[in-house]
Amino acid sequence: MISKALIDEFEKIAGSENIFTDKTDRVAYSYDAAVLDAVMPALVVRPVHNEALGQIVRLCNDNRLPLTVRGSGTNLSGGTVPSAEGIVVVTNALQKILEINTADMLVVVQPGVVTAKLAAAVEAKGLFYPPDPGSQAVSTIGGNVAENAGGLRGLKYGVTRDYVMGIEFFDVNGELVKTGSRTVKCATGYNLTGLMVGSEGTLGVFSEITLKLIPKPVHYKAMMAVFDKMDDASQAVAAIIAAHIVPATLEIMDNFTIRAVEDFSKAGLPTDAAALLLIETDGHPAQTEEDAAKVESICRQNRATSIHVAQDAAERDKVWLARRNALAALAKLKPTLVLEDATVPRSRIPEMVREIQAIGSQYDLPIGIFGHAGDGNLHPTILTDKRNKKEWERVEAAIEAIFDKALAMGGTLSGEHGTGIAKARFLEKETTPATIVYSKRVKKALDPHNILNPGKIIG
Amino acid sequence: MADMKELIRLMKALEDQLIVCMRCGLCQAVCPLYAQTGREADVARGKLALLDGLLQEMFDDPGGVNERLNRCLLCGSCAANCPSGVKVLEIFLKARAILTGYMRLSPLKKLILRGMLARPERLDRLASWAAKMQKLGVRPVNETIGTSCARLMSSLPENIIAHRHFKPLADEPFHKRMPALNSAPVNGSPKVAFYVGCLIDKIYPHIAQATIDVLHYHGVGVYMPEGQGCCGIPALSSGDTATFAKLLRHNVRKLESEKTDYLVTACATCTSVIKEMWPVMAADQDDAFQARVQALSDKTLDINQFLVSKIGLKKDAQNPETAPTTVTYHDPCHLKKTMGVFAEPRAVIKAATGYKLVEMDEADACCGMGGSFNLQYYDLSSDIGKVKCANILATGCSVLATGCPACMMQISDALSQAGADIAVKHPIELYAEMVSCVTCQKPLHYDGNRCGHSSQQ
Repeated sequence: MISKALIDEFEKIAGSENIFTDKTDRVAYSYDAAVLDAVMPALVVRPVHNEALGQIVRLCNDNRLPLTVRGSGTNLSGGTVPSAEGIVVVTNALQKILEINTADMLVVVQPGVVTAKLAAAVEAKGLFYPPDPGSQAVSTIGGNVAENAGGLRGLKYGVTRDYVMGIEFFDVNGELVKTGSRTVKCATGYNLTGLMVGSEGTLGVFSEITLKLIPKPVHYKAMMAVFDKMDDASQAVAAIIAAHIVPATLEIMDNFTIRAVEDFSKAGLPTDAAALLLIETDGHPAQTEEDAAKVESICRQNRATSIHVAQDAAERDKVWLARRNALAALAKLKPTLVLEDATVPRSRIPEMVREIQAIGSQYDLPIGIFGHAGDGNLHPTILTDKRNKKEWERVEAAIEAIFDKALAMGGTLSGEHGTGIAKARFLEKETTPATIVYSKRVKKALDPHNILNPGKIIG
Repeated sequence: MADMKELIRLMKALEDQLIVCMRCGLCQAVCPLYAQTGREADVARGKLALLDGLLQEMFDDPGGVNERLNRCLLCGSCAANCPSGVKVLEIFLKARAILTGYMRLSPLKKLILRGMLARPERLDRLASWAAKMQKLGVRPVNETIGTSCARLMSSLPENIIAHRHFKPLADEPFHKRMPALNSAPVNGSPKVAFYVGCLIDKIYPHIAQATIDVLHYHGVGVYMPEGQGCCGIPALSSGDTATFAKLLRHNVRKLESEKTDYLVTACATCTSVIKEMWPVMAADQDDAFQARVQALSDKTLDINQFLVSKIGLKKDAQNPETAPTTVTYHDPCHLKKTMGVFAEPRAVIKAATGYKLVEMDEADACCGMGGSFNLQYYDLSSDIGKVKCANILATGCSVLATGCPACMMQISDALSQAGADIAVKHPIELYAEMVSCVTCQKPLHYDGNRCGHSSQQ
């Protein structure tokens, strides 16, 4: 139990209206979007300025209180599930876009800025912030950086990591550390920015983030290719990459997902198709059209039964609506949805799809496959009911089997959701025992009392 | 107080609906309350987690949960945006009923809901008494909008009046002017039951008049039974299912007492409650009654929806692009998010002579009214209203139209506080301006200078 005197100190720093001590309020910060058990924190603090943020970190360290930073709590690996007796620091009041610099093509933000709002604000100035995680309508930039979030455009434009130029963060003592710079090139010091991206709140608490922007593409070409065989579709993906064409998005959907989307939205999708590829090229008009034509012919060579090329913006929207509806459509089928994101080198996509399908039948579980085929990041989506204990055991076994297959192909446990709690115990499988020891030494040096989001990433 | 075991047993009924929430948090993008406070317990995901936490015995504070459940506009933005299709409103209303049953209704709510709302004749008597008395305590503050404010702050209950600029009760409620109506359809047009609704009856009676005028103009037969009761939403949102059940029986008996093709209302909230909540909340009644409720619910339409989809609007020669009066339209949550009705009211406005529709930003963002939410949390409610107000002002319009009298009250308050010169109207009022009396062909007026024919066809 946290003492009254200590609560008073938090109150002095953040203001009484920004402290939640009531059990009922604390329950509302006990979970995120991962399918994990909820843990009620001892206190929730919502600082409204950066100075308070630093003081809170220091106070937690001085009193050995575990601290979990939370943006919008959309994490899919449990990174924002707090520790019992811990403090949750909510950053959604730190939501200022501090600067949009069109001359240097960068933006400086507080950590609580919502991704989609940032994207819209820079787009209004003719610039482009490409990372578009599925939760972008609510997710915060701080959370995106802490998890190294991805999205549909990873293939051509990369992920959050590729846009972080610099970070200001509070170390565990509440001292302000500055990393990176406002320059395109920067060769000084350790690459602490790189260390902080994806650190899931275990090494420091972000207060300000500088992001790179790029010019907005001027032309788009979207298409939908229909396949009779899943293998043909995944071969087409591999062939597009092998031909060194880089579409902005290259998404796949299996028959299970197609039928779910069609039931849900009646968009006129071919429900007898084994797979769909949803592809968009963008950039200079000539290049875009040429790439699109090449993609089209590769799809035909790989036995696409039909290809629909969007002729205008409305048709383009229709292509992407099908993809955007995928998760919602699957979510409606069963009470619990487990969204995995094990990722493989792109050339191994056909093999990975086959393995996931085999795992589905082996464990007798419905698994929808959709996702970012172009960057190797599939989303096998297991539908279940977590109340069914017997089935849940099979779900856990199936997840582990998927991990094993991905790693055997030289892949990773997570393309974009992070390690969090959910994957911490598997991390050694992906790396080496020495990697875990090394990571733990880094953590110990930077956070000697293990108060910064303990239990995440390295256990 | 009953024991927690009993509460958990009752809440088990919600389990299958609660588990549908996958905690994705996308409701944070659209919740008008969360946009103001940033508090997880204010958004649907948080509230659902609280209910789940009670059910899983993670904590035991049913009073605290009930309090947080009441901090909700019931606007349904979350449900409309929910990937998993969580039936948020249904869960919240059922949970309020369970928790209120457990905590007991407060004496004040008991007095208002069971003493007044549940008894339509008594509510009518009290309202007409209040309409006479209010002149002593309030003074007009904005002529265009027709709002008033308190003369002396101290003489009136602080929470109810506060700093509001409110639409006062009409001098004469609609049921006094026209207690009942039963007109025959003309030339094979349909016949509709017209459900007036409390706010239209007592605050905006001219909307009821305009609705009837328009229906008659189009040859529609209108059945308006005497002594209609409240649709029940104030009782439901306070968790008072006993009062709701009483009102439901009363209204169903009245509305089905004549054979009609449709049930029409001009209040977005009443329509959505009859359509969505009556069948759900009648689920514990006998099968025969449930079937009657379902039959009424199935044929219920918003007035705009009825005119566009069942009748066809009067075509006007004028080009709306060159019309002199600009009007912007606010989407009531209960029309757009609950029932998917948003094109129809715009079509009605565009069909009205002399009006040019200009869209505001975020036309479908909640105005912050939320019924009793506005009474309990006026500051939050008016902060949300200010956002709406700014979007309306930015259009430069001279009329704000919306299909819900509750939204009209909230927006009137916000616009009046901002000193705006913008009239607040229902789309049907604009449309009715070009409708003439079916008997004498004279234009219809709503200020007492009427020809006198139109109340009966």
